[in-house]
Amino acid sequence: MTDTALTNPSLRPPVTQVGVIGWMRANLFNSILNSILTIIFAYIIVRVVYALLDWGLIHAVWHAANARACRAADSGACWAFIGEKGRLILFGRFPYEDQWRAVLASVLFVIAMGLSGWRAFWNKRLLYLWIGVTAVNSVLMWGGVFGLSFVETSLWGGLPLTLILAIYPTMFSFPLAILLALGRRSRLPIVKSVCICFIELIRGVPLITLLFMASLMLPLFLPAGVTIDKLLRAVVAITFFTAAYIAEVIRGGLQALPKGQYEAADALGLSYNRKIISIILPQALVVVIPALVNDFIGVFKDTSLVTVIALFDIVAAMQNALVDPDWRGPTMEAYFFVAAIFFVFCYAMSRYSATLETTFNKGRRR
Amino acid sequence: MSISQPAASPAVAAPIIELLQVNKWYGEFHVLRNVNLSVAKGEKVVVCGPSGSGKSTMIRCINRLEEHQQGQIIVDGIELTSNLKNIEAIRREVGMVFQQFNLFPHLTVLENLTLAPIWVRKVPKKEAEETAMYYLNRVRIPDQAKKYPGQLSGGQQQRVAIARSLCMKPNIMLFDEPTSALDPEMVKEVLDVMTGLAQEGMTMVCVTHEMGFARSVADTMVFMDRGEVVEIGTPQEFFGNPKSERTRGFLSQILNH
Repeated sequence: MTDTALTNPSLRPPVTQVGVIGWMRANLFNSILNSILTIIFAYIIVRVVYALLDWGLIHAVWHAANARACRAADSGACWAFIGEKGRLILFGRFPYEDQWRAVLASVLFVIAMGLSGWRAFWNKRLLYLWIGVTAVNSVLMWGGVFGLSFVETSLWGGLPLTLILAIYPTMFSFPLAILLALGRRSRLPIVKSVCICFIELIRGVPLITLLFMASLMLPLFLPAGVTIDKLLRAVVAITFFTAAYIAEVIRGGLQALPKGQYEAADALGLSYNRKIISIILPQALVVVIPALVNDFIGVFKDTSLVTVIALFDIVAAMQNALVDPDWRGPTMEAYFFVAAIFFVFCYAMSRYSATLETTFNKGRRR
Repeated sequence: MSISQPAASPAVAAPIIELLQVNKWYGEFHVLRNVNLSVAKGEKVVVCGPSGSGKSTMIRCINRLEEHQQGQIIVDGIELTSNLKNIEAIRREVGMVFQQFNLFPHLTVLENLTLAPIWVRKVPKKEAEETAMYYLNRVRIPDQAKKYPGQLSGGQQQRVAIARSLCMKPNIMLFDEPTSALDPEMVKEVLDVMTGLAQEGMTMVCVTHEMGFARSVADTMVFMDRGEVVEIGTPQEFFGNPKSERTRGFLSQILNH
């Protein structure tokens, strides 16, 4: 193509249409009704935000001996409760003087989660990282070696337990889900029906039922004398549950791929495994990132259900903290605190998924 | 430098592709009816016919993207059965170019070209990349190697797809309407590459409606209609003096507009 001058050169858009004022005019005050609604909602927002600030900061009590003192001091939030019971909420019944171990384990988990999101780690290093973190944290949490006192899993609780129940099921369910999704599309009738049965059976019952079954029914089928740790059983139950859900999400991704991708891979003589690993999964998984993260966020929050089988995750630990007769009352503060912790993790996952999508979509328009 | 082994004279060489009494059904629908076709090494076969005539199905049977249910297909001395080893062996020797290009959008052009040689032929990465660059030069887009397929025009994508097949050093190339999805101004660049390939003696089976290309390149024309091979002949006979009424009808429709 030759470079000839255009008859109509490019111009800038009219100035009155841009800028903050232009935006407000176009979006907030573009009709009488809209202007009225804008003013009403602005009023409501200001009132709510002010009320929250007033309760949470301005009239909040930061130091008090007990709940009664808290209420007497002021009508705002009793953050003194969190100061007093924060450790109980975060680490449950883990022996008080050994709680530094639980702190360290949680920190390691969070660091490892952060590193896992870093693409430089998307190779063998990721495996080593998690094997290492798992080993170190097992020592930290269980103890019994290096002069650390032994802490049985029934005493684990709070944030470390929540992280364990979220991280390991997520980690194990993902490959299992991929196999289930591929199996469900298999041409081999037995593989196919096994996968369909697994997915439909597990997905067809509530997680709480699976947890009860893992906790109460499984021991009935095991030979006498054999016991499996309750925490492990919960991890397995959540893993299966998550895998069944994610398998369907991944299957959606597999079906979204044009048939031509499979055919091109076949025509080049790629083996089934190579085709799946190099061609199909990289594309199918990118398509379903939002849905996957949605499910993983769900798993993270569903971990609080383990309280029904007497595992003390962060929510259960918080409810425990509220039982103290000296500190009865600041329920809202307690829920606020736990909600904030959940929100930090879930929001981080959600932001991370958004950045992932952008990186993957760069330059890869179809 | 030649792309494939030097061509023997088509007429005398033993067939490298042979279809004998091939039948195929989609459910109740009889798509291929007693199809017989023999392609010699170095021969260029152009298959044409109205849409739905089974021509795409026929060439997709040659590398087993479709299964035939009756008859024999022998490619490069290997009979196509459900034996996976045979299928993979044949697919290594047979390149295919699709109407929709089917490049892998998540891989760069260079990765598209090197994937199969590295994993299927076990070629070292560096050597695979050198071969890839050689073929990208051949299809005249070496400067696009680092781009993703979505950043290329349709004609460029199809040339990449041809180069991707050639990187496997196939003995046979199948083309399934390679120019049908292209904008008109891009058809020529793809046909030029195919013509070059033909001149170097590649065995080619090509489903296309590009009759100019067929006339200048084909050794043999095959006309299919409703699942049958209606007529096989040289381009001179086929275009100059078609034997069958159906061929004449088809030709008058596609040549007079």
